[in-house]
Amino acid sequence: MDPGSPAELSLQRTLVLLVMLVSLLAIAAALIGPYSISPTQLIQAFAQRLTGRIDPALAATDTVLFSVRLPRVAAALLAGAALAAAGAVYQGLFRNPLVSPDMLGVSSGAGLGAVLGIFLSLPVPAIQGLSFVGGLATVAIVYLLASAVRGHEPTLVLVLTGIVLGALAGACLSLLKILADPYDQLPAITFWLLGSLASVRAADVLATAPLVLVALVPLVLLRWRVNLMSLGDEEAAALGVDPRRLRLLFIAAATLMTASIVAIAGVIGWVGLVIPHIARLLVGPNFNRLLPTAMLIGAGFMLAVDTLARTLAETETPLGVLTACLGAPVFVWLLASGRRGW
Amino acid sequence: MDQGRGCNRHACHRRGAAARHRRLRCWLLALCCWLPFGAEAARLIEDSAGRKVAIPERIERVYAAGPPASILVYVLAPDKLTGWPRAPRKDERPYLAPATRDLPETGRLTGRGNTTNLEVMLRTRPDLIIDFGAVNATYVSLADQVQAQTGIPYLLIDGRFEQTPAALRLVGDILGVGDRGEARASEVEALLTTLDDVLATIPERERPRVYMARGPNGLETGLKGSINTEIIERAGGRNVADPGDASLRRGIVQVSVEQVIVANPDTIITWDPNFYRGVWRDPLWAGIEAVQRQRVFLSPLVPFGWIDRPPSLNRIIGLKWLASLFYPDQMPMDLRAETRAFYRRFYHVDLDDNTLEQLLQWTQGHPPN
Repeated sequence: MDPGSPAELSLQRTLVLLVMLVSLLAIAAALIGPYSISPTQLIQAFAQRLTGRIDPALAATDTVLFSVRLPRVAAALLAGAALAAAGAVYQGLFRNPLVSPDMLGVSSGAGLGAVLGIFLSLPVPAIQGLSFVGGLATVAIVYLLASAVRGHEPTLVLVLTGIVLGALAGACLSLLKILADPYDQLPAITFWLLGSLASVRAADVLATAPLVLVALVPLVLLRWRVNLMSLGDEEAAALGVDPRRLRLLFIAAATLMTASIVAIAGVIGWVGLVIPHIARLLVGPNFNRLLPTAMLIGAGFMLAVDTLARTLAETETPLGVLTACLGAPVFVWLLASGRRGW
Repeated sequence: MDQGRGCNRHACHRRGAAARHRRLRCWLLALCCWLPFGAEAARLIEDSAGRKVAIPERIERVYAAGPPASILVYVLAPDKLTGWPRAPRKDERPYLAPATRDLPETGRLTGRGNTTNLEVMLRTRPDLIIDFGAVNATYVSLADQVQAQTGIPYLLIDGRFEQTPAALRLVGDILGVGDRGEARASEVEALLTTLDDVLATIPERERPRVYMARGPNGLETGLKGSINTEIIERAGGRNVADPGDASLRRGIVQVSVEQVIVANPDTIITWDPNFYRGVWRDPLWAGIEAVQRQRVFLSPLVPFGWIDRPPSLNRIIGLKWLASLFYPDQMPMDLRAETRAFYRRFYHVDLDDNTLEQLLQWTQGHPPN
């Protein structure tokens, strides 16, 4: 598509509008919270950081803003964008609009890893590490098992293997829950499985962002090939790409993104399922246009939901509860309003 | 009887009578198992839920439905406990009476999935099932159901702090150790009364503002009014996790560190060694008054937690300890002597210097590795 065409112009306009919306949301989210920070204080705090001279009167504001709130805003943006991107890739890859990023068991595996960490009373970084490894390992096993099965539609085998392994991981997780200390570990497990950004720190964001960016590189560079993959293996091969290798690459990228997000934020459902649909309504199924749109909408949605999660009550509302309450009706509406292809 | 097999009439009759006799004995035995209170169903006890339960006069074996109940029974009559909900771990064993260290693991009856445990429970042949803790419609129906299913009397005892003396007296009486129940009950009552007298002189706003840090990163806590944190108020603190509205749910919740910063507690209590170690060098927690004033306290966990985990009689030593931390002048405590005495009277163990020292070090923030 040449840059001057009307469709490209309308995409640019959509993206600019979305960027502005997300920026406004981010500023609002930085100002909202139990610790009151006024817009003036916000600007002062930023000015201080730039000049390097910290006024002791603003020290607490500085801590809340730069160590608590902004990392959390950044984490929400990152999580939303990554989950939406992974969902968009999977839906194209499996040619199915009902697919979410945890289709191949990444969330179940990551959940199992984290719950094992909590069960063994490990410190937080170790829990996150186990979760990350658990997610990657589960998808790797699913892929290897599915590759060993021949003679069937490869995507179907992948999906079925993913469901089976996801169920197995879920069973192991239930076993750990039964064995866990009901006064100490069980609540921690429950909170973790419902997803939350409450304990995210700057270090978490700094560790996760590079992984998400690395995973994004092949998606951006090969974005038009996702379109080819959505035509099916035979057509893709006829058009001169190797569907097996491409599929592996895309699955690896989407898994890396999801696993790194789940490791710091817990299991957050619905975002990867619903956001790509909304993006498709706006800009159509072309992955070229879908990817940036879905990422921006995902980032904004996650930020809005997380801001709700920390302000609705005196305590944290689990993200999984909010995304389900918002995502389920949207999804039903999308289903009712008709299928639009992917 | 078949005469053709070469057995004479008399012998056959005798053998038949013997078999009948055996069968009758079997039936009687089975009947006794079914109705353990059949012969001496002597007493009708009203439990905390108002249920009237017939129990046998002599009770030798008690099944504790959950960790809180197991501690209640252990304190009163360790020899009557049929097992632990969870087998004692290696580091907990030295703090339990030797005879009870190797009792089998019998699981929890409370909560869903009780059918899986029912046979294990029956295998221990208890005379009585006791549950200690929350009393609500769910637990009442569970108790009724299990009692109807197994024929074993099932008592629900209220586990809140204020009800502790009453629970000790009632269960002590039921288990035939009324003197011990009375002694422990008056001991707890004396502590509660002393505390009330002290607290009567301290206005609400001068009481410490306490946060109970739970979970691996300390960002779980129990709301004010929940059974998990009632020790804070009972010891004369104010729980900072106070939603204010009495109609809100009471339980364990997740909070963000920003909420802790805003609440700015002057005292933090926890049992999590990971959190305790990390909190001192964590920049996010550095500005919180409790950290600045070095008022973060780590509770020992052996053989049971001091401040919670589970919420049972184990909290009595924790209550005394917390009160002495909150009000060192009004509620002084000789930690060494009182710990030794508590473990002897409630847990039936004489701590040697080494194991006692380990506990004292733990309260100073040095848990065993």
